[in-house]
Parts: sequence; structure tokens; C-alpha cells
Amino acid sequence: MNTIYILWLRQIKKYLRSRSRVIGSLAQPILFLLAFGFGFGNVYSKAGGGNYIQFLAPGIIAMSVLFTSVFAGIEIIWDRQFGFLKETLVAPVSRFEIMLGRTLGGATVGSIQGIIVFLLTLFVGFRPVNIALLPLGLLFIFLIGIFFTSVGTAIASRLEDMQGFQLIMNFLIMPIFFLSGALFPLENLPKAMEIIVKIDPLTYGVDGLRGSLIGNPSFSLGYDFAILAVVTLAFLLIGSYLFSKIEV
Amino acid sequence: MDNKNIIEVASLTKKFKDFIAVDNISFDVKKGEIFAFLGPNGAGKSTTIKILTTLLSPTSGKVTVNGFDILKNKDNVRKSFGIVFQDPSLDDDLTAHENMQLHAVLYSVPAKEMDQRIKNLLEFVELLDRKNSLVKTFSGGMKRRLEIARGLLHHPKILFLDEPTLGLDPQTRNHMWNYVQNLSREEQMTVFFTTHYMEEAEKIAERIAIIDHGKIIAIGSSAELKKETGANSLEEAFLKLTDNTIREEEVTSADRMRQRRRVWRGRR
Repeated sequence: MNTIYILWLRQIKKYLRSRSRVIGSLAQPILFLLAFGFGFGNVYSKAGGGNYIQFLAPGIIAMSVLFTSVFAGIEIIWDRQFGFLKETLVAPVSRFEIMLGRTLGGATVGSIQGIIVFLLTLFVGFRPVNIALLPLGLLFIFLIGIFFTSVGTAIASRLEDMQGFQLIMNFLIMPIFFLSGALFPLENLPKAMEIIVKIDPLTYGVDGLRGSLIGNPSFSLGYDFAILAVVTLAFLLIGSYLFSKIEV
Repeated sequence: MDNKNIIEVASLTKKFKDFIAVDNISFDVKKGEIFAFLGPNGAGKSTTIKILTTLLSPTSGKVTVNGFDILKNKDNVRKSFGIVFQDPSLDDDLTAHENMQLHAVLYSVPAKEMDQRIKNLLEFVELLDRKNSLVKTFSGGMKRRLEIARGLLHHPKILFLDEPTLGLDPQTRNHMWNYVQNLSREEQMTVFFTTHYMEEAEKIAERIAIIDHGKIIAIGSSAELKKETGANSLEEAFLKLTDNTIREEEVTSADRMRQRRRVWRGRR
């Protein structure tokens, strides 16, 4: 057993032991799926968009991965406040390994959450078009997970306590979600909006996931993957740099 | 380095912005010795321990632990010591055994020895029957015992204890010091602890450094300190050496957070 594995395992165990958290974090995606899916479904199909649930489900799956992973990254603040972080920081292992184990753990937890939401979408009528591409969808889910756990880690490394958390949710995570194309098609957007949407990394995660599950990506799967892989790598490095600078 | 000194500190200073937490201190700790840092709140005790254990970097000065420079050879320094922090540093959502296992992996304890060592140590701190309980169900004393067991798991040469008996009842306190003294005697393990209880320093430590406002103002055995100041008790000596203004500790965000969690969970 090594450092990365044991810290990964820790995240998984903690996740499985907090059932209220698992169920609590399913409530929001389900609410979005039902309210938007059935609320706008009629308008969407009248406008010639087709079945809105089909379109929306991958966006909602991405959203649940986004939130779960960011939280997993931000958990460092709790570990810092309640002392466990010190235990890992005085250990004779590199901070990069610690960060990597935690990040993979967070991404795995986010992916499990994404898979649960995926299974739930099947009950409201979502049908993936090409079963053979499901593994590719899972790959995108996992990449979104790694990316946002790293983002959470980077942020948490600079925060002393949870006070700034609300700010980050409202000014970073919510905009990332709403401006990612999770809820609306990317075609024919106003120019300013289009630019913002294209800067948002989640856009490529959502598009890749949607492309894998129902086909017709706005970009191409290869392009989505490349962009997402590059920003993920960049944030993994930024996150581990900031994590290595933590003093307690 | 001198073979007998396991910790050597020379002209150590730590500044936080314009506040000097540790002000040009120098001292040595001998191998196998029980050494205490005695001082009021905010004197610089915890800051010094954090520097010795590589959690903070010094502003200036030279520190070696077990012969290794704390800046140049962090990993070897980290392998040399076990530490029990002032605040708990266990993962509450894991069991006692899982906390031990995690530590064993972080310190590369050989896999075939791991289970036996964990079992022996949990037995030693009388927690073996609770090894599969989540740590959040433990009392403060049990957590402290578990932390001591964990700190010893990788057979450290030095055990750092930062205010180890804070909040423990007298029985547990007594129990804990018995363990630690035995270990120091049998394994030649060096023990470095901080405290603001006089009687604890007097009873347990072989040598005491009195620290105040970031400076070491006296160092020696309890008898030497009393002789030096012409006092009858260590407490008297201490009060003569330090001024007797009351020290207030600043409330940190960690304290606030703990408070909040206590409210939420309704216990601890």
C-alpha cells in the first residue's frame, strides 16, 4: 500500500460513511432535472430542439460531479481546522503524493455521484443513444472530477476557514455551472455570452459527456477531451503547488 | 553534531509579519532526555515545536533534529520524530485501527510488521477492544491515548508532545506520563514536551527551559532553577523569572470553527 492509495481509500470510506451527504447531494440535481426538464420541455421541443430531458440529463450529471468534486477539494479546510491535515503534513511523504491521493479520491467520489445521477435520469426517460460510448462518458465524468477537485484544493489551500466559502460558491461555482451549456445549447448565443461560455472549462466537460451519451457534440469529442485534459493538468499542478505552500 | 545532542537549536527566530513569536533562542536536547518547554500562553512554545517538526520554516537560525537540518533534510527529520499535537489530529470519520493504518502507510512501516505493531500499541494504550470504533465516538482522553499510540507507531527517536495533558483528567494524565516515562527509559527515546503546568514540568522533566515573550529566560533542572532564583518551588522560580501580567490567547478561526461544530454535533 502506498500514500496515494491510502489517501484515496480514506476519501472513499468517508464518502460511504456519510449517507446523509450522499442523499443530500442528490436532491439538487434531481430538483434541477425535474423542474427544468419538465418545466421547459414543452417550450424546448416547440422551438424545434427535440427532447429536452435528453439534452439536459448530461448537463445535470456534470453538475453533480462538479459540486461533489469541488466539495471534496474544499474539505481540506475542514481537515485543517480539525487537525488531521497536520498529521499528513508532518509525514515523510511528498505533498504532491498527498494531494494526488486526495484528488483521485475526490474525483472517484464525484464520479460515483455522477453515475448515481445517470442511473436516476434513466427513470425520467433519459436514454443514451450509443451504449458503446458509455466508457467514454465515464472518462469525461472522471476528468471533470479531477479538474474540479484540483480547483477545490487550490482554493482551499489559500483559505483559512469556511467563511469565504459562500463567496466561492456564488461567484465561481454557480457561474461555472450556469454558463457551461449544461442547460442550453451553445448554438446562436449572443457574442459576449459565447465568449464566456467558451472560457468556462466545464463547457467542454458537458459537451464531451453529452457527445458521448447522445451524440452531436457542439465541438468534437477529441477537442473536448484535449481542452479538458490540458486545463486539468494545469490545475493539478497549480493545486499541488498551493497545497505544498500550506503552513499550519 | 555532538553525538549526545539529538536536537540542536542555534539563534532561532520566527517572525509573523511584525510580530516576533520566537526571538533568537538557542538550546540543545540530549539523547534520551525528557525536556520541557515551560511558559505562559503565547510564549512561543507551539511555534518552536512547529519549527522543530518542519511545519513552519524559521525566519533565521539553524536547527538540527537527529542530526538532520530541518530545512535541507525534511524527510529524514520527519522520520525521526513522532508528535502529539495540542489539538487532536485524528480523522474522526475513521476507526482507531484505520487511523493507525494510515499513519503506518505514510511512514512506510513494513507491511508484515504493521498489524502486530498496531495491535501492541493499541493494547498498550488500552484501546484494543475499541479498535473498530469510529474515533468520533471517543472521549478526549481516549483520543489523546490513540494519538500517542499513533505517534509511536514508526518507532521514533524523539517524541514531541505539545501541551499533551491539556483537558485531561488527573487519572488519564498520570497514566499517560507513566507510559511516556517508561518508554523514555526503556527505548532511550527523547521526549520534548511543552506545558504551562509547573508541577508537570517539575515532576516529569529532567531539564526545563522557561520561555516567555519568545525568549528563553532560564534553562536547567528544576533544582537548578530553584537554586538560581532562590525560590522554594518551581512555581515561585517561574513567577520570579517571568513577569506576572495575565496572558490572553487570541481566538483563532480554528477555535471558532470548533465551537460551531460542537454546537452542530451537540457533543465533543
